[in-house]
Amino acid sequence: MNEWFSAFFAQSGWFGLVLSLATFFLARTVNQRSGKERINPLLFATVVCALVLLLGDIDYEVYYQGAQYLDVLLTPATICLAIPLYRQYTLLKKNAVAVIAGCGAGVAAHMAGCVLMLVLFRMEASEFITLLPKSITTAIGKSLSEELGGYGAITMATIMLTGIFGAVIAPAFLKLLKITDPLAQGLAIGTSAHAAGTSRAVEIGEIQGAASSLAIVVTGLLTVIAAPILARLAG
Amino acid sequence: MKYLRQALIIAAITFAAEIVKYLLPLPIPVSIYGLAMLFFLLKSGLLALEQVQDVGNLLLELMPLLLVPASVSFITALDTVQAMLLPVLIMGLLGTLLVMAVTGLAAQWVIRRRKGDRAHE
Repeated sequence: MNEWFSAFFAQSGWFGLVLSLATFFLARTVNQRSGKERINPLLFATVVCALVLLLGDIDYEVYYQGAQYLDVLLTPATICLAIPLYRQYTLLKKNAVAVIAGCGAGVAAHMAGCVLMLVLFRMEASEFITLLPKSITTAIGKSLSEELGGYGAITMATIMLTGIFGAVIAPAFLKLLKITDPLAQGLAIGTSAHAAGTSRAVEIGEIQGAASSLAIVVTGLLTVIAAPILARLAG
Repeated sequence: MKYLRQALIIAAITFAAEIVKYLLPLPIPVSIYGLAMLFFLLKSGLLALEQVQDVGNLLLELMPLLLVPASVSFITALDTVQAMLLPVLIMGLLGTLLVMAVTGLAAQWVIRRRKGDRAHE
């Protein structure tokens, strides 16, 4: 029976796609039935898919054979963040100072946090570098980490944790801090939780989505500039 | 036809971004090259919002779903991540809250102050 399973999964092209869609759909359905967001679909789908793979002893590569059809669409979807950005251009331009101040302060706080971890855990330079790109989109973060001498796979895992956690916690946390301005909300989400957070910001509102998209770009840029400098200081 | 044309335009921009990335291999991902390109196409008027927005909005709506495969990939790093699990958890959770708070409060402070200035004029 086990052999049959492994032989089947090794050639299945649809398993990963159906599993991803089904878990995501289940979470959405529960939310819709209960009339409010009880479970975050991205978090739920990620946890359940991971559990199925781990408990069933199925390789990620097998899952990816089907899941890749979702993954390839991520690039054009991210590109389409230009649409809310364009629609809210006037508002964002008028608040350029707030955008730069917000993203700049956020990146500085993140870097300070990394330095604190370096001192607190007596980390090696390579471990410190691994944490530096964690607030930016995976595509930049992983390669930046590896380029500077960090562990790309760990950076990737940290980025995913950051994004999903940020997306889940954002509405409640922003409310707690009385950050009610839609523009400030979007900037906070995009700077802290990159594309995963932004996908949530788009759901919260058009202005939040646009500000969050812009924050991904600005934060990515600032991190790409600041990370090599800090990496050299640590090394 | 409308959707087909929009899908073609978005796919073509993605492809063009891939070409630019190949020619200009900065540490910028294809998606960010493409985001900038689509933005400038819209801003310059070379492309109208109506030519991309239906398929574009659908993709934006689907984005959390599209992130699932990349998120699940964390299971491939389970072994390596254990070496620095605590720093990763602290930065992933507390670090994220810190950045969210600092960015949001700083941005809101600037926005409110400027609004206040304008009110005094």
